[in-house]
Amino acid sequence: MEIHTLHEFMLHTKNITYLLMGATLVGFVCYWLFLTGRDKKIRKY
Amino acid sequence: MHDANTKNGLFTPGNIITGIILAVGAVITFIRFTQGIGAVSNLSDNNPWGIWIGFDLLCGVALAAGGYVTSASCYLFGMKRYHSAVRPAITTAFLGYFFVVVALHYDLGHPLRLPYPLVLSQGTTSLLFEVGLCVATYLTVLFVEWSPAALEWLGLRKIRNVVVKLTIMLTIFGVVLSTLHQSSLGALFLIAPGKLHPLWYSSFLPVFFFVSSMVAGLSMVIFEGTLAHAGLHHKMDETHLKEAEGVIFGFGKAASFVLAGYFFIKTMDIAMDNDWAYLGTGFGAWFLVEMFGFVALPSFLYALGVREKNVTLVRIASINAVLGIVMNRFNVSLVAFNWNLPAADRYFPHWMEIGVSVFIVTLIITVYRFIATRMPVLYEHPDYKDAH
Repeated sequence: MEIHTLHEFMLHTKNITYLLMGATLVGFVCYWLFLTGRDKKIRKY
Repeated sequence: MHDANTKNGLFTPGNIITGIILAVGAVITFIRFTQGIGAVSNLSDNNPWGIWIGFDLLCGVALAAGGYVTSASCYLFGMKRYHSAVRPAITTAFLGYFFVVVALHYDLGHPLRLPYPLVLSQGTTSLLFEVGLCVATYLTVLFVEWSPAALEWLGLRKIRNVVVKLTIMLTIFGVVLSTLHQSSLGALFLIAPGKLHPLWYSSFLPVFFFVSSMVAGLSMVIFEGTLAHAGLHHKMDETHLKEAEGVIFGFGKAASFVLAGYFFIKTMDIAMDNDWAYLGTGFGAWFLVEMFGFVALPSFLYALGVREKNVTLVRIASINAVLGIVMNRFNVSLVAFNWNLPAADRYFPHWMEIGVSVFIVTLIITVYRFIATRMPVLYEHPDYKDAH
């Protein structure tokens, strides 16, 4: 993609960043579940 | 018989190597302070900061972050199960910062002028002034935090009891000051966008340095615990040995999650600056080695070790992460710095520069051994059991 203006640059980089952010949010939840998957469950009720 | 034992105890291979390193270091120190910085270093106008800054200072400060990480988790977040890790971590942090200041003298060359920025000529708009002020203050805080071990050893009960009452306040100071100067060390490079390779340069450098310092602190506590178990196991009391596994898995879990976060914010930075094209170059390959081999890999190894309750795997991950921090600081301050200069003008350290760094690390290990074998660092003093 050719970039000529700051607007185009921001549009291009923000598009990718927002997609990555979405993937990261889901990825983090999955990673946390992987990390703590074998921890002993602490019942609080 | 007694003499023979003493001789054997003194002239061990480890002590002989330590003695040689310290002797060579003393000679280089003499040359540095009598013949100037040019006699012992390859520093130049293009490369005024070499491994004394890249390794002794940047790595030294990052790897000493175990002090604030451990004391904050124990005293501020109330995780008392990590209490036995606090004193060794504070001792390492105190020694780390103290020898950072010692190493800085080799660069500055005027030991008597060290207090100048504080009392004579304050550069209040300079990040270096902020770093200097923070390191000076935090070194004082660490000294007071560490002092109960020395005071218990010396039997000065009254002063020790007063200092212990300051613990929470000192811990808060420690966290605040560390947040400030760990990030400011990264901010130092913001002034050189044209000199630092775009893959490492970022307006978020302060955030990267601070987040990675947490990883360095957590990993160093696990790594130095491994070394202490190998060399000073006989000095550890039952509580320390009992809590050690919990510290390894707890800190390993935290390090894994923070490393994952660090990986993602670094990726976001590439996206924000549109630096993807650089990944296809030689520097890009090196950047990918750092990101996947020394950020993603230790994060995964930590997670796997914690899941499988595998102490060895977590320890391997801690070594991997510590090497990653050293690699990152080297990349920012040396490898990717002045990346566009011709090869002939690039910096490579003089053997005496490396000698000074080895000398400083050996001093830290020697002093740590002296303290840990005499003072109640790895065990609770019998007169102060449960008095924390």
